[in-house]
Amino acid sequence: MPGKKHVTEDGIEYKKHRMSKKDKKNAVLYLSPSLIGVLVFFVLPFFVVIYYALVDNPISHQFVGFENFINILQNSSFQQAAKNTATFSLVAVPLAVVLSLGLAMLLEGNIPMKSQFRTFFLSPMMVPVASIVLIWQVLFDYNGVINQFVTNLNMQPIDWFKSSYSQIVIVILFLWKNLGYNMILFMAALSAIPRDVLEVATLESATEFQKFWYIKLRYLSSTILFVAILSLINSFKVFREVYLLTGDYPYDSLYMLQHFMNNTFRSLDYQKLSAAAIIMCLVMCVVIGILFFAEDRYGKDVEG
Amino acid sequence: MKRKKVRITIKKVILTLVALIFAISFLLPTILTIANSFMSSTEINTNYGVIFNQYKESSYGERNTDYVAEKVNLKFIPDMVELSQYSTVLLKSPEYLLKFWNSVILVVPIVVFQIFIALGAAYSFMRFRGRIREIIFFVYVALMLMPYQVTLVPNYLVADWLHILDTRWSIILPGIFAPFSVYLLTKYMRRIPNSLIEAAKLDGANEWQIFTKVCIPLCKGPIASVAILVFIDYWNMVEQPLIMLSDADKHPLSVFLSQINSGEVGLAFAVATIYMVPPILIFLYGEEYLVDGISYSGGVKG
Repeated sequence: MPGKKHVTEDGIEYKKHRMSKKDKKNAVLYLSPSLIGVLVFFVLPFFVVIYYALVDNPISHQFVGFENFINILQNSSFQQAAKNTATFSLVAVPLAVVLSLGLAMLLEGNIPMKSQFRTFFLSPMMVPVASIVLIWQVLFDYNGVINQFVTNLNMQPIDWFKSSYSQIVIVILFLWKNLGYNMILFMAALSAIPRDVLEVATLESATEFQKFWYIKLRYLSSTILFVAILSLINSFKVFREVYLLTGDYPYDSLYMLQHFMNNTFRSLDYQKLSAAAIIMCLVMCVVIGILFFAEDRYGKDVEG
Repeated sequence: MKRKKVRITIKKVILTLVALIFAISFLLPTILTIANSFMSSTEINTNYGVIFNQYKESSYGERNTDYVAEKVNLKFIPDMVELSQYSTVLLKSPEYLLKFWNSVILVVPIVVFQIFIALGAAYSFMRFRGRIREIIFFVYVALMLMPYQVTLVPNYLVADWLHILDTRWSIILPGIFAPFSVYLLTKYMRRIPNSLIEAAKLDGANEWQIFTKVCIPLCKGPIASVAILVFIDYWNMVEQPLIMLSDADKHPLSVFLSQINSGEVGLAFAVATIYMVPPILIFLYGEEYLVDGISYSGGVKG
């Protein structure tokens, strides 16, 4: 990985080889099919969304400034949804990173049938969403398998989908679905760590923990970021399952921003919808900014 | 010395056991889906009636006289292997096959064209850099991370303007331009050593030749792995059709499948198993790519 060449933030690198006219033409040529599509379907209409968010209704087009934004921030179901989504992502994403790294290290270890295990861990990717939903019902329904187990232990059965436990069920679902692929990413990164560095550490009588903490983790830092990003994307996709399991209006702690957007969309309240979309977009931009910063700070330590 | 050996063996056994427990819990839903698809509807009803009948009666109101066990019964081996669910799905109800076909004609164009267009964009991002490129790439990453419900609004507006709402294009077109594969492919292409490209240039290759003769062959693995990821994602789409296609005849099986859940559970398992076949085939073919293609993958910016 020729990492250093890409660090062009300071503007020095690419001043040296300023692009020729031909290069510029080519750059545009190869990018344009994608860029045009992205502009037409995502970016340009987003300006219309901004416009919608600033007017009072689609007929009179009266500018109201930030009123729509203030309304939505004060909307209690929006607050609830934002809180739930944030809680879910903040719990599920780090868990996904840590557990998949753990699994990868487990499979790195000296155990038989590694490639079979790998396939087993990947198998959830193939199961159709609807089938996942069925099985989660069988497992977590009030009369389901888990509750049978719970009552056998002489405990009260839990209404998994309609109690404060509901987020746990969804976190489990998310982890079950995504750990396998994340694990593969980590296994690849683990096997890319230069053996000699680890051998030297062993000779210097470093403990396993020290080897992990001071060597492996540093080589893994950029993969950790990458896995975190994929997990973040997938943490939003878990809405599919939540939606199919619990419908438009689930138990309070499962009411996600996606529910809020979906329901607002149904009621055709474009002002509310646009304002909510923009707020989510801004929050995501901050998150991405943090990730980019984190990469500059930690991600490139060992690559150059 | 001997004691150390014993300790290592014990550690190995424990690790294997842990891996085994995880593996079983990961495999369980897949096995359960397949196993249940071979049960008769009576057997399904006996086992899961406690859970699903409540929904069934509310939606259909038909009396169910079959025996229903008091407790839910998780069963992996059918009492009798029956293909009745499959025969219902494949022979008696053509709507399932129709929906399956709907899925295919939605997903295949998305995967194929998304990859093609993304290859060009990724090539451009790899070869040429500068301030503008950084900004554009940031926009791509931002779009990729947005929950579907955010990009849904712009998508819907455009579909409305282009008068493609209620047609498949309203799902295919935004799908083709989704930035996910651009991002991944850019990351992989970055791994191509610059010296290779310089060498090709010295040999007199033009930009198109570098792209098609150097980059694409080197990216075969990544292309396959991105294709698998994109395919699986769209194969399971739920939100897009519900919003863009009001005509249920055009819905893919992934949506339809989620709607038969409550009614006929046995059928749902059989349909789900059939629906699992393409991902499994792709998986069997491409698992190595999925694993190798990603052998280096760090960072956010690519």
